[in-house]
Amino acid sequence: MSNHEKGKSVSSSAPRNDDAPLLEIRDLAITFDTQNGPVNAVRNAHLTILPGETVAIVGESGSGKSTTALAAIGLLPSNGRVSGGRIIFDGEDITNASAKRIIELRGNSIGMVPQDPMSNLNPVWKIGFQVKETLKANGLDGANSKERVAEVLSEAGLPDAAARAKQYPHEFSGGMRQRALIAIGLACRPRLLIADEPTSALDVTVQRQILDHLDRMTTELGTAVLLITHDLGLAAERAEKLVVMYKGQVVESGPALEILRNPQHPYTQRLVNSAPSLASRRLQSQKAKDALAAAVEDLDDPADAAYTGEAPMRAGHTASSIPAAAAQPVKAARPAKDGERKGAQAGETILEIKNLTKVFKLRGALGKTTDFKAVDDVSISVPRGTTMAIVGESGSGKSTVAQMALSLLAPTEGSILFDGVEVNTLKGKALFDFRRRVQPIFQDPYGSLDPMFNIYRTIEEPLKIHKIGNAKSREKKVRELLDQVSMPASTMHRFPNELSGGQRQRIAIARALALNPDVIICDEAVSALDVLVQAQVLNLLNELQEDLGLTYLFITHDLAVVRQIADHVTVMQSGRVVEASSTDDVFSNPKQVYTQELLNAIPGAALLV
Amino acid sequence: MSEKLTPDTDLTKPVIPAARQGKKSSRVIEHFVAPLEDTPLAAIDNVDETAAPLSLWAEAWRNLRKQPLFLISALLIVVVLVVAFFPQWFASVDPTSCTLDNSAEGARAGHPMGFTLQGCDVYSRMIYGTRASLMVGVFTTIGVLIIGGIMGALAGFYGGWIDAILARLGDIFFALPLILGAIVMMQLPAFRDNRSVWTVVLVLVIFGWPQIARITRGAVIENRNADFVTAAKALGLSRFSALVRHVVPNSLAPIIVVASISLGTFIVAEATLSFLGIGLPDTIMSWGNDIANAQPQVRNNPAVLLWPAVALSITVLSFIMLGDALRDALDPKARKR
Repeated sequence: MSNHEKGKSVSSSAPRNDDAPLLEIRDLAITFDTQNGPVNAVRNAHLTILPGETVAIVGESGSGKSTTALAAIGLLPSNGRVSGGRIIFDGEDITNASAKRIIELRGNSIGMVPQDPMSNLNPVWKIGFQVKETLKANGLDGANSKERVAEVLSEAGLPDAAARAKQYPHEFSGGMRQRALIAIGLACRPRLLIADEPTSALDVTVQRQILDHLDRMTTELGTAVLLITHDLGLAAERAEKLVVMYKGQVVESGPALEILRNPQHPYTQRLVNSAPSLASRRLQSQKAKDALAAAVEDLDDPADAAYTGEAPMRAGHTASSIPAAAAQPVKAARPAKDGERKGAQAGETILEIKNLTKVFKLRGALGKTTDFKAVDDVSISVPRGTTMAIVGESGSGKSTVAQMALSLLAPTEGSILFDGVEVNTLKGKALFDFRRRVQPIFQDPYGSLDPMFNIYRTIEEPLKIHKIGNAKSREKKVRELLDQVSMPASTMHRFPNELSGGQRQRIAIARALALNPDVIICDEAVSALDVLVQAQVLNLLNELQEDLGLTYLFITHDLAVVRQIADHVTVMQSGRVVEASSTDDVFSNPKQVYTQELLNAIPGAALLV
Repeated sequence: MSEKLTPDTDLTKPVIPAARQGKKSSRVIEHFVAPLEDTPLAAIDNVDETAAPLSLWAEAWRNLRKQPLFLISALLIVVVLVVAFFPQWFASVDPTSCTLDNSAEGARAGHPMGFTLQGCDVYSRMIYGTRASLMVGVFTTIGVLIIGGIMGALAGFYGGWIDAILARLGDIFFALPLILGAIVMMQLPAFRDNRSVWTVVLVLVIFGWPQIARITRGAVIENRNADFVTAAKALGLSRFSALVRHVVPNSLAPIIVVASISLGTFIVAEATLSFLGIGLPDTIMSWGNDIANAQPQVRNNPAVLLWPAVALSITVLSFIMLGDALRDALDPKARKR
């Protein structure tokens, strides 16, 4: 009946009604037995997938989205069980189906593409063998299995598939591995494909290629897709139907674009407001917002003012209606205030990177070394009190630049000037003082705090190292810092393992702030966080910048985040600077093909405007 | 269907794909909104202030308390320790007052395990033998922890030539079997003439440290590149301080596990050496010596050999079980989040 059903004929065995649901989950409840008693991970979940339809489950980590999907294929961890409701696949109740029946369904009827392409292929077997394994398990291992393997792989978009099938996983890039996993997932022509965050570990441009291809394949085969993702923009772009989960419950479901444009449930509204990929302008601090609101009020437009105050990030389409003149003084006022505090010239360059080059020696066979230029002639200058973003995909050398700017890695050539002083030649006392003024925040919130130190010791450590104050004044400072990052003072007796990722990241920010630094280098500081938490941390960083006159060097792979936080952008590709300009320029008028490609690959970018 | 896409690496495609517009379904899809009461919105990412703060050690302890394996082994170890410190509480008969009248006599009132060939009380000797065995085990473990721990931590943290030298040195000692090395060492005049608990400890430490060094080295390497160490360096902490304050405390868990298991094996090694007649001198009561002395009568009076052997096995077993329980409790993968 619909064009989604085109090309579906490959595996159909019996005639079926197109509008009978392929997968139906009714009032599903899933319980995990843990040390602290049973935990209800999913309650009253319901969703329906019609043949050929793409349905996306969106939610933050711990919302039960993966658990719901895994229950459908009988892959719950051993301490988890379906404690209520029904799962009906193609008219058959598989809620409590026997292990034998579930195994029959897997692969043949329900395929799966797992999240992490790095760990989901067995490193000791060739790719072709792993595809063949799937075919064999489902009885499709005929005489021409070799050709079939190559065919399946080339369908998934792997060039030169027959040769590729003879390679091992380590010879594949992340994107190619994900293609191989998609090939495995679709090898037996399942009627439903469960894709659990299939591209979260990949660069945006690769993500886009893979999803485009997956889209094309499933449309041609008439496969229904259950896409699990944390990215609302991506979900809305790829699925007809969205299911939003929160705390184990479905809070809203319906047509993707409608939910995105007209979210009804407060949680969904929050999600839409916070999704960076849907935001279209820089965050503003509370002060700037107040000033702006006042300016707009002067112009007798109270409606806009109210809107700006409430939903700053979604205000993209109202931004144009705010007179440019009103926004201008606020922006100009900021550096002037920093100048007061630091006693320095407004707009002066605080960090200047000149012709920076880093060559790594890669060990080859027989003691031979080959040179690998990780950073190639990079020049960046960061004005005081602003945010400079370095954007690039993995391997672009952006983190290496950050390491060198922190003086944790010596450059091969070029210079880094901090406040007019060359950083690389700093030694002893001078280096110690430099450390006080430039602080890092790292990507992994689980790795950047010492699990053995409680929060008080963690934040106190920089003060202790630099011998600032006595025990009493240090405790006062720790309290102040916790307050600055909006954490309750009682947190200081806790240990990192008791805090969530976002909370740990706020502690890391507090530690970085302890020494009143001038520059904070954020290396993918928000990439590991859930959307709402990410928005919260970005807001915090922005407020702190306003209050303390901080300068940020913000390393990220996510252009959507850049839009929200950065004043200037440097786009890097394989060690070189491709484009550098103000954020507005880069977004509205990208000069380079690569930048344009990155921009278009932001999922959901075009959906709200 | 088998249309080929350009490979991932080719990013210089001339055609830039436009931003996607989303999918529209021709089917009617119901727009469902859950009532707000069902899942009230919580504040984003707030701290649970109700739960008591827990350090990793406190968490491990809470975990341990519930493990039967730990409870049994801990109870046994406590009993063994008390016996070692206060043997007189458990045996009223002097283990050294032996009369040949009682030679190889069976059990009778006041002497529940009978007598040795020399007419000494078996039960009393077993009780008094605990101290020497336990001392050798404990002090060897302490010595091995100090030497192996320092060597392993330095090798793992600094790497490079320090690692190369220390690792080879460890391998040299590792290549010599502990017992064989100890036999040779104990034959040296300096050791042969001064046989005591301390010489046995020294010999066992010399051949026992590489194992702890290897474990420490591995654990330190795992932690030395952690972000929190980099962060500490960026705060201005020296490398050595970073090692002492951040890396070593985080590497302790596997070391503790291996140390408690090897404590048991050191007790066995002492017993073996004493059995061979080159461990503790006859003047010091130990299970190994008693087993050696009982060996000739193993066919007509096996009980004399059996009892010290049982004591030895139970002690060693309880340390190994403790190690296993600790391994489960300290396993980082078992930690929440």
